[in-house]
Amino acid sequence: MTDYFELFGIPRSLNLSLDALQQRYYELSRQLHPDRFMQKPEAERQRALDMSSALNDAYRTLKDPVKRAQYLLGLEGFDIGEQRSKDVPPELLEEVFELNMALEEMRGGDDSARPQLEQAEKNFTNMLAETDQQLQSFFEQYDKSKSQDVLSQIRNVLNRRKYIQNLVSEVERTLTPSPQPPIPAH
Amino acid sequence: MDIDFSSTGHIVGIDLGTTNSLVAFMDLTGPRIIPGADGDKLVPSVVSIVPGGEVVVGNPARELLMTQPERTVYSVKRLMGRGLNDVADELKLFPFRIASGSESVIQLQLGDRTYTPPEISAMVLRQLKQNAEEYFGVAVDKAVITVPAYFNDAQRQATKDAGRIAGLEVLRLVNEPTAAALAYGLDKRENGIVAVYDLGGGTFDISILKLHDGIFEVLATNGDTHLGGDDIDNLLLRIALEDVASEWGEDLSRDSEGVQRLRRAVIEAKEGLSFVPAASIELEYRGKKYQREITRELFDKLITPIVDRTLGPCRDCIKDAGVAVDQIDEVVMVGGSTRIPLVRSAVENLFRSKPHTELNPDEVVALGAAVQAAILSGSVDNKLLLDVTPLSLGIETMGGVVSKLIHRNSTIPASATQNFTTGVDGQTNVLIHVVQGERELVKDNRSLARFDLKGIDPVQAGMARIEVRFLIDANGILSVTARDQRTGKEHSVEVKPSYGLTDEQVEKMIQESFEQAEQDFAARQVREQRVEADAILLAVEKARKHGAYFELADEERAAIDKSVNELLLVYNTDDHNLIATKIEEVNQATIKLAENMLKGTQT
Repeated sequence: MTDYFELFGIPRSLNLSLDALQQRYYELSRQLHPDRFMQKPEAERQRALDMSSALNDAYRTLKDPVKRAQYLLGLEGFDIGEQRSKDVPPELLEEVFELNMALEEMRGGDDSARPQLEQAEKNFTNMLAETDQQLQSFFEQYDKSKSQDVLSQIRNVLNRRKYIQNLVSEVERTLTPSPQPPIPAH
Repeated sequence: MDIDFSSTGHIVGIDLGTTNSLVAFMDLTGPRIIPGADGDKLVPSVVSIVPGGEVVVGNPARELLMTQPERTVYSVKRLMGRGLNDVADELKLFPFRIASGSESVIQLQLGDRTYTPPEISAMVLRQLKQNAEEYFGVAVDKAVITVPAYFNDAQRQATKDAGRIAGLEVLRLVNEPTAAALAYGLDKRENGIVAVYDLGGGTFDISILKLHDGIFEVLATNGDTHLGGDDIDNLLLRIALEDVASEWGEDLSRDSEGVQRLRRAVIEAKEGLSFVPAASIELEYRGKKYQREITRELFDKLITPIVDRTLGPCRDCIKDAGVAVDQIDEVVMVGGSTRIPLVRSAVENLFRSKPHTELNPDEVVALGAAVQAAILSGSVDNKLLLDVTPLSLGIETMGGVVSKLIHRNSTIPASATQNFTTGVDGQTNVLIHVVQGERELVKDNRSLARFDLKGIDPVQAGMARIEVRFLIDANGILSVTARDQRTGKEHSVEVKPSYGLTDEQVEKMIQESFEQAEQDFAARQVREQRVEADAILLAVEKARKHGAYFELADEERAAIDKSVNELLLVYNTDDHNLIATKIEEVNQATIKLAENMLKGTQT
């Protein structure tokens, strides 16, 4: 498996310049894309396909801060399984309990829970922004120190972030139910 | 631009459209459409099988749609890569005659034979190939073919199969809006964010691209593979049929010829309404007349629901692209249906900028395909397309839930690996069900294929470790490979496409298509000889009234009569050589007569 950082020729780090990353991605694409190998023998064409799919996967991962951090955690041997993000972060217990009640009411057809849910959506969206700031500062710390402790903290923030993200999606889905097919008018 | 055309053969770019198809190529002056023998750049995607089995494509087939509707088919692109159960809606609106035995691949009845949609599309492709060959004077066997960006794996595979059946090596499938952007970028703009709104005869696509010094990076795409000008035609046709029913007191909808004539009238009115404030649908059929004026106001009202159906995918696409509306520098309009003023104003409202309409919306996709062909041949080396897969790819997991492996709008080629194990002791194969779509449950997505991993070592349940790699190539087509992680051994993967042709079926069709091409050629030769025969028979007929004829000796006149009779005897055979021989005999028998007639005119 190609190391995405190696493929881009950059050190393992978490704070990346997106402009520089894009520039490098375009350069590498010009070299590796299958279009460039159409007139070449089969083996070279196959290699171009493998290399450029790896390049695209790498770019997709590295340009997104959360995916980038998860990827680096994986490289450094951290367990980044789904399971951990399902545990409720203790400081959110009370809020999540109330939210679930409101979600139940809303799904049961009780629209009076709507203002509460809209407020909760705002709160959790703000929390997401906070976690993104936290991540940013941990990214900088890690790039300076390469400390495993920082990575461990990043993992905790990522789990918390994932949890909150799921809550926001759940609230959004409940507030805007999928549209019903229109009833034909006669 | 650095272009070198010296080293490569002719790779053509083909827009295989629902309504019309075009073939283009690129030289030092830029991309250009190759016209057909009749001078038309657009080849209607209509195919007719005339009695005797000869294939007629394009404008002549469009005429046969009126007189031989049961032997003629149009808009077959709507059926490409689809199963019988997902075309139920199409069948209500289109006169497709589905034959029995259409469970896995649809079979269309045309005359006394059945054909699959890829075979019909191959006939259109073969016509385009032939047009290009006549234009260049050399064989053409490589092509870039465009497909709607929102085409799924089966629809793409079906298009590739059609190319193979037509004798074309399909070097690349390019998404239509991306091809349009390539032609547009070549012409108008080097940098910026561009949206391409492509409303054609049967499909709708929206793509948003970032253009950066020759890189065309698709950020997101969305669409509806069953939405286009056809839907507008059907809407107007239904109204006209109701009118006719009440005015004439007869149901024309069961009369194929009548329906096709009315359909043609409806299309003419629709096209007129793009340029004038009112147009009328006019039909004269079997001594009866129907006329109805449609104002643009009414037309707009009627088609608003259809136009609105394009706006949801546009909004989703903008969201997926991660751009704000005001970051989009231009909107490029592609497809004949974007000539409709209501479509233009809807797009203008949504994107808050005036859409670009100066490129010919019928031609721009084919021109872009020609540019991509030049890129693949190596003659254009400063441009590069980075396209995306329109739909997420996933596998079925426990409880009929989809586990997504490659998300929509991922740049292609894209890959994902997943480990599988066995659930039962001694199990030696694992069945993987691959689906495409955005929904959470398998049943709500499109089944692509079932992959059977065979030859797994019979070990305890859960001990096997098979790494499966899913790869979407630059055509947007999936391939699957598997490796046993314990033994390092490659696994054979048997593919059962849910819809579509097997390799053997395609091979068989390629063979049949060669035979068909030979038959067509023979039929053409026969037809040409008959035209010759007609000419000489007519000349003899005239000559018999000429004085010179009566000056001939009796035996000379008898020889002429004999040769004419023999020609008439072979006239209806399928042997063009025999007809040619008999024509020559008439020629020989009438040499003296012709000479005498010539002398007569001179004196």
